[in-house]
Amino acid sequence: MSTSAAAALPRLERPGRVTQLRIAASEWTKLRSLRSTRWSLLVAVVLGIGFPILFATVLSNRWSHLSPRERSHRHPLDVALSGVHVSQLAIAVLGVLVISGEYSTGMIRSTFLAVPKRLPVLWAKAGVFAAVTFALMLPTVLIAFFGSQAILRDHDILEISFSHPGVARTVIGGAVYLMLVGVFALGLGAIVRSTAGGIALFAAIMFVIPPLLNILPSDWYDAINPYLPSTAGDAIFSLTHGLDTLSPWSGFALFAGYTALSLAVAAVLLVRRDT
Amino acid sequence: MIEVAGLTKDYGSKRAVDDLTFTVRPGVVTGFLGPNGSGKSTTMRVILGLDAPTAGTATVDGKRYREYPAPLHEAGALLEARSVHTGRSAYHHLLALAQTHGIPKRRVEELIDLVGLHDVARKRAGSFSLGMGQRLGIAAALLGDPAVLLLDEPVNGLDPEGIQWIRHLLRGLAAEGRTVFVSSHLMSEMSLTADHLIVIGRGRLIADMAVDEFVRQASGKVVRVRSPQAARLAELVAGPGVSVKPEAGGVIEIAGLSAEQVGELAGEHRIVLHELTPVQVSLEEAFMDLTRDVVEFKAAEVAAA
Repeated sequence: MSTSAAAALPRLERPGRVTQLRIAASEWTKLRSLRSTRWSLLVAVVLGIGFPILFATVLSNRWSHLSPRERSHRHPLDVALSGVHVSQLAIAVLGVLVISGEYSTGMIRSTFLAVPKRLPVLWAKAGVFAAVTFALMLPTVLIAFFGSQAILRDHDILEISFSHPGVARTVIGGAVYLMLVGVFALGLGAIVRSTAGGIALFAAIMFVIPPLLNILPSDWYDAINPYLPSTAGDAIFSLTHGLDTLSPWSGFALFAGYTALSLAVAAVLLVRRDT
Repeated sequence: MIEVAGLTKDYGSKRAVDDLTFTVRPGVVTGFLGPNGSGKSTTMRVILGLDAPTAGTATVDGKRYREYPAPLHEAGALLEARSVHTGRSAYHHLLALAQTHGIPKRRVEELIDLVGLHDVARKRAGSFSLGMGQRLGIAAALLGDPAVLLLDEPVNGLDPEGIQWIRHLLRGLAAEGRTVFVSSHLMSEMSLTADHLIVIGRGRLIADMAVDEFVRQASGKVVRVRSPQAARLAELVAGPGVSVKPEAGGVIEIAGLSAEQVGELAGEHRIVLHELTPVQVSLEEAFMDLTRDVVEFKAAEVAAA
């Protein structure tokens, strides 16, 4: 029998030990070898650029029909970063999938057999995913900014320079936010270990609970609102901030804190739970 | 070498493994046998650090699995539960595992050839048949050239040729001095592959012995007797630990006495015997006998629930 004859296992010369860098290489292979990754990232890029271009085109064409009051409410950075709100969905879903996909398919068992200490896997997943997201989203927001500006520059008050104070920080802040939101979602996915559950939890925290809090007395709401993950996250890519919202750097610090918390809870559960 | 000592594992209020102690030695194939749901997979998962024990310890070559700096080199495992991302190709699955240990791509390709998945290596694992999935799992288990192998129901879904192949493979790996620990709920399979047996039922150790000894113990306990005075003999042998099963044509089967004991008893009482045969019990029957209580208990539990 042909297969029986070939049954001797070749020896492995110099088997290496597990290192954080090697786990990161493994996670990179895992990430790039799935169709869902390519689709999610493609969607995030296309929508992140497409929406600003679409809005800029509509706004530019309709500009002469708008009232002065309405014109004064339009801000070019809102147009340029409109895609961030849409891209975050694709990024967050992928963030959840990076870990929940391993649980739903059983891959997590193979992963933990190779890296039984487990925590380095979480760090590698978060690190690789953050790097990939930022590497793709930075050009996305830059193209969105310069693309929408190319369309809007005919209208005086919609023209804004990248070197204008705070503009570069705000635009790059869009990419930073997307990177953090992806890792935040990855942590949620690791906590609930299910794709549907992770996405639902993300949507609840970011989109469902914030408007619900309007039911609270307004002085309560005003006190809580700036510190919600969604509001803190928005602050990272807002040019200006009012008395009721955090500055970009405070927003960044707080949202990074939420992301770290999400990962920390995931880490504790990852080590404790059976697989 | 795998050493399990006083191992207990509870899932909620259910005890899956109950104070289990055994050692799996290198150089031979050790069968891990028990009915479905007897705790085999749980025991393997605990040995591999996937589940934490409630009490007791499980070590691989003297250390807990998770303490090894190169775990895939220490132990390779094929789990019963699916452990592959369905959307990833066999090649990328193995490559990702290999990279954690810095194992070169060349070895990934060697193993794909070894398990016979060359033609489908770039296809999504989700499209694989059960047998192809098992081959991929075996490739993953062998990736790190491990000193210890744990395979949970490896013949599941394999075609006869595949079963032959895995038997050869396991025997070869044991002959190289590796520790090979293979679970199955099929005694017949174990009788062809294993040298040593660890039998469990309801999470408890039932037997830990060489396959030959297991057969010897199980056989010879039942004696087939044909006699015109069968009814009288049945009365004489009756006692604690002895059961008599009457069959057609003056034949009875006596369980609990050896052929010598039955023959001497018949001689004393001048009973004529036409046949006195120790019944050879097949491994399958011996296994069934040994685990009958635990299986029946489980069935009753399910019925009551």
